[in-house]
Amino acid sequence: MTSTHASKIIASTRDLSDFHGGIHPQEMKSLSNQTAISKAALPPKLILPLQQHIGNASKVMVDIGQQVLKGQLLAEADGFVSVNLHAPTSGTIESISEQAIAHPSGQSDLCLTLIPDGQDQWCALSPSEDVTQLSNSEIQAKVRQAGIAGMGGAGFPTDIKLQPPKHANIEILILNAAECEPYITSDDRLLRERADEVVAGLNIVASVLQTTTCLIGIEDNKPEAIAALKAATQDSNIEICVIPTKYPSGGEKQLIKILTGKEVPSGKLPADIGIVCQNVGTVAAIYRAVRFGEPLISRITTLTGLQVQQRGNVEVLLGTPINWLLSQYGYQAAKRERLIMGGPMMGFTLTDTEIPVVKTTNCILAPNEKELPLAPPAQACIRCGLCADACPAELLPQQLYWFARGQEYEKAEHHNLFDCIECGACSFVCPSSIPLVQYYRHAKGEIKHQRADQQKSDQARVRFEARQQRLENEQAEKAAKRKARAEAAAKAQAAKKLAESQTTVIDSAKPEATQAAPIQADLKSQTEPTIDVVDLSELKTAWDEAQSKLDKMYDALDAAKENNPEQITKLSRAVEKNQMRVNQTKQAWQKASTKAGSETKTAIVTQTENETKAESQNASEETNKPDLAALETAYEKADSKLAKLENALANAKPEQVEKLTRAVDKNKDRVATAKAEFEAAQQALNQTDKADAPVLEAPVDIPALELAFEKADSKLAKLENALANAKPEQVEKLTRAVDKNKDRVASAKAELEAAQQALSQTDKADAPVLEAQIDIPALELAFEKADSKLAKLENALANAKPEQVEKLTRAVSKNQDRVKAAQDELEQARLNVAAATTTPVNESGTQ
Amino acid sequence: MALLTLTSPHTKGPQRTSVMMRWVIAMTLPGLVMQTVFFGWGNLHNVIWCSIVALLCEILVLTLRKRPIAFYLNDYSALVTAVLLGLALPPFAPWWVSLVATAFAIIFAKHLYGGMGYNPFNPAMVGYALVLVSFPVAMTTNWATPLSLLEQTPSLSQTLSTIWGSGVLPDGFTGATPLDIYKHEIAHSLSSDVLANPIFGSGISLGWEWVNGAFLVGGLVLLFLKIIPWQTPVGVLAGLMIPSLLLGYDADQSTPFFMHLLSGATMLGAFFIATDPITSATTTRGRLIFGFGIGLLTYIVRVYGSYPDAFAFAVLLMNFAAPLIDVYTQPRTYGYEKAKRGTKTKELK
Repeated sequence: MTSTHASKIIASTRDLSDFHGGIHPQEMKSLSNQTAISKAALPPKLILPLQQHIGNASKVMVDIGQQVLKGQLLAEADGFVSVNLHAPTSGTIESISEQAIAHPSGQSDLCLTLIPDGQDQWCALSPSEDVTQLSNSEIQAKVRQAGIAGMGGAGFPTDIKLQPPKHANIEILILNAAECEPYITSDDRLLRERADEVVAGLNIVASVLQTTTCLIGIEDNKPEAIAALKAATQDSNIEICVIPTKYPSGGEKQLIKILTGKEVPSGKLPADIGIVCQNVGTVAAIYRAVRFGEPLISRITTLTGLQVQQRGNVEVLLGTPINWLLSQYGYQAAKRERLIMGGPMMGFTLTDTEIPVVKTTNCILAPNEKELPLAPPAQACIRCGLCADACPAELLPQQLYWFARGQEYEKAEHHNLFDCIECGACSFVCPSSIPLVQYYRHAKGEIKHQRADQQKSDQARVRFEARQQRLENEQAEKAAKRKARAEAAAKAQAAKKLAESQTTVIDSAKPEATQAAPIQADLKSQTEPTIDVVDLSELKTAWDEAQSKLDKMYDALDAAKENNPEQITKLSRAVEKNQMRVNQTKQAWQKASTKAGSETKTAIVTQTENETKAESQNASEETNKPDLAALETAYEKADSKLAKLENALANAKPEQVEKLTRAVDKNKDRVATAKAEFEAAQQALNQTDKADAPVLEAPVDIPALELAFEKADSKLAKLENALANAKPEQVEKLTRAVDKNKDRVASAKAELEAAQQALSQTDKADAPVLEAQIDIPALELAFEKADSKLAKLENALANAKPEQVEKLTRAVSKNQDRVKAAQDELEQARLNVAAATTTPVNESGTQ
Repeated sequence: MALLTLTSPHTKGPQRTSVMMRWVIAMTLPGLVMQTVFFGWGNLHNVIWCSIVALLCEILVLTLRKRPIAFYLNDYSALVTAVLLGLALPPFAPWWVSLVATAFAIIFAKHLYGGMGYNPFNPAMVGYALVLVSFPVAMTTNWATPLSLLEQTPSLSQTLSTIWGSGVLPDGFTGATPLDIYKHEIAHSLSSDVLANPIFGSGISLGWEWVNGAFLVGGLVLLFLKIIPWQTPVGVLAGLMIPSLLLGYDADQSTPFFMHLLSGATMLGAFFIATDPITSATTTRGRLIFGFGIGLLTYIVRVYGSYPDAFAFAVLLMNFAAPLIDVYTQPRTYGYEKAKRGTKTKELK
């Protein structure tokens, strides 16, 4: 029932603004505002939750079994943001236990259970005849004592609201009589019947807050209430502002905007802009508390919905179980229905009807299915924007919906998700029936979780870093102490040595010290000496010294095995290092000696016969004129030698591995030189070639080189086998060998192809001199590239850790692929050559 | 007694998506009637044919996606696409042109993106643009000559045989649109000479002005019912009118602005196509910009481009821009001094 004529009768003198959006649901007020407020009977038990307000739960002051009087303090406010709880009637405290409470989650909370004794006996009250005589602090104390919280739905402790903030004067006091939500009529009836109490309470609040401007905002669908207010405020300067009926104009922020045109800044309270809002029921309760000393023990609640037969407003004692209350008023449960505490737009469903009435219960709604049918299944959002048109907070509900669905919470927060007052206007208008408010509640919850997790992880990080710092400090202290001790020990040793050299008495009582000295010195030196000397004698000396050192270390190791088992690992490691150093020095010396062309071969290195044979062969080959066939033979032999070497390598012990790989390397050097000669021969060949092409060599070249490639390939395969089965220390060396070998093979293939190309060109009896000449520089370039690549690989391998072995094996496999590719090309070239040389070869004859 | 646990709000308003879609279809009927009166049976046939194709495609895709068919067909979105295509395509377009346009629109431009509500591009315009570019001859030579200019109007069977058969009508039944003719003729004639062509009727476009007027009426009804927002159509018309008044005021040089407004697909596009809520901007200011962009782009392509009527391209281009427009036209929320615009979002505190 809308009565827009009411606003014409009572014209407001104040300029009213409007808020953005809003909806006009069916009011359904006539269901419950036709009859006067009835007083509910005494229920068989009262359940009183200790938290019916925002803030801390109250502290229990009574014991189980205690007899209490009506209005007696049962639980005291715990802290500043808390309220008192009083007995709604006289009786006995039956229990203090967890009971279901009025909360959307359906959770339980601590409650006092009071069994009324039927006497309804008041305790001693302290009324005040003349409230104008009371000071502000006395009034605040009375309000706090009475346990009054905001009864409009939030439950904020009223006494805190009555204390104006230091930084702002309260200029406007607004009484929120809008009651915009459908179905609820409790404020309407209260105003109709007890307007003078309400106005008196409003005056009390105004005097405490020291405001001069009092506004009452009331919707125009309550003409009787407006009339009653008009009568009650005749001789006061309280202004009654009749506002158009629109949901949610009863929202605090929206009402402030309508009545004053100001907006409450986001995240702030109305008190920050000098405005305080109070609910009608709260204000009436303030009056009763201050004037009569009555604590808050009952409230007006609307019982409505078509499932309730005797609909109307009830003055119900706090703690009354809802199921009993509904049964008193003709409630019939339907098969599938919901029971709503609050209105249809913002109320929550109750799961258990044993739930008690609390200070914020303004309505109990029991609709049947026709009244509030279930929402149809949600369709896809069509981005129509009706939700944004309806939103009183001027948000973009559509975007918030997409972000909440996509879990993009930063964007949702950026779009002011937390300014949503969850009024439900967007869901109301959505044509696709999307439960928008549910998404926002979920998103808000998720963001709060994330913030809490973030805080926790920040704290954890701070603690962790502090712990790390503490451990580091401890380590540093220990290291410093150790160092000091070592220095002291070294000094003591030096002094002792001095004493020894003077007295020539070996101190047998301390074998460890003498043995420890070279070992420690060895351990300290981390870098291995790089031997770059060209002088052979110096190299030899270095080698001898390393060898003698190694012998000493072996002795120390033996001694340690007998005396100090715990030092064995240290010593054995040192031994290995020295062994390596010995080998390196040997190697350097040998390289230098071979470079210099010296014939001195030491018996320490065990060379295979093939090596010497290869050397002699190479030497003999150098003196011969360039003969491709001979070169090929040399190459074949080098390859077979390689095969034998790798066999030995695969079966070698760790100490021999290095020697063998060095032998392999040497062998490769031989192969390289053989190839160089091959190239030179080719060059000479191409230069002398005109028309009489070395067709004779042609048929010999390709099959032989092909054979060489096959051999190289098989060798590669075997090396890789060895690699796969080798121990980690061997692996590095083996991969080095493999890589080198592959590079050689690749370069050899390049040369082969060039030779074939030259051959095929010469077969055509053209003058491919230019191409031939281009071939050789290309070959050389390829060779240099292969060499540099090898050097790099060697470096990498030398510095490689066992974990990198896999990487290197992968490189090995890559090279294998290249080998295969080159082999394919080789076959093709062979085919081409065969095709090109079918007729001329037969004519000019064979080998 | 089982109490349901549900979340607020517990009541709903009367708006429904299917109702809105049905109103949109209903409000195209005046325009369709005018098209039939002035141009023959072609448009009516196309609307029916496209609707059949659209529903079949929708059923096919829903079956493949294993969705409940009745639930999704009930939102009438496929039917809206089909009706708009049927109205926009040339009346004598061959059956396979309509088929390709509609099938592509429903399957590719709508369902491949996730179905109604998830598509970024207007499906009808995607289908239209596809056939316009792929079958240019079929799309430009199959416009109907106004019936009043013909001695012998094509009968229903003739129309059907053209669309379904050889696609050839006696000369004179099909022709170019007035916009097309004006654009090409004004290059070498005076406007008075060009307008002497009977196709321009009383100076605007014979038949087309009535069609556009009928679509305007239908659109105004939709505005009144608050099914479409006013910002988009106003933006489109402004986007067409303002450049036309500024640059094309001389009728001897370019198409006059009243012809822009009342010829071609202007009113259909402004009130029915550009207002497709799924693909347009969502903020109120954004809708103005979106509509203006469509009008402006249509004007540019009509005058400087090679297509006589380019509404589809303009719509598609602005569909691209819609998300960005949204980001930059966020309204100011209650309690804030300024609106938070732009793409930068703060880290979660």
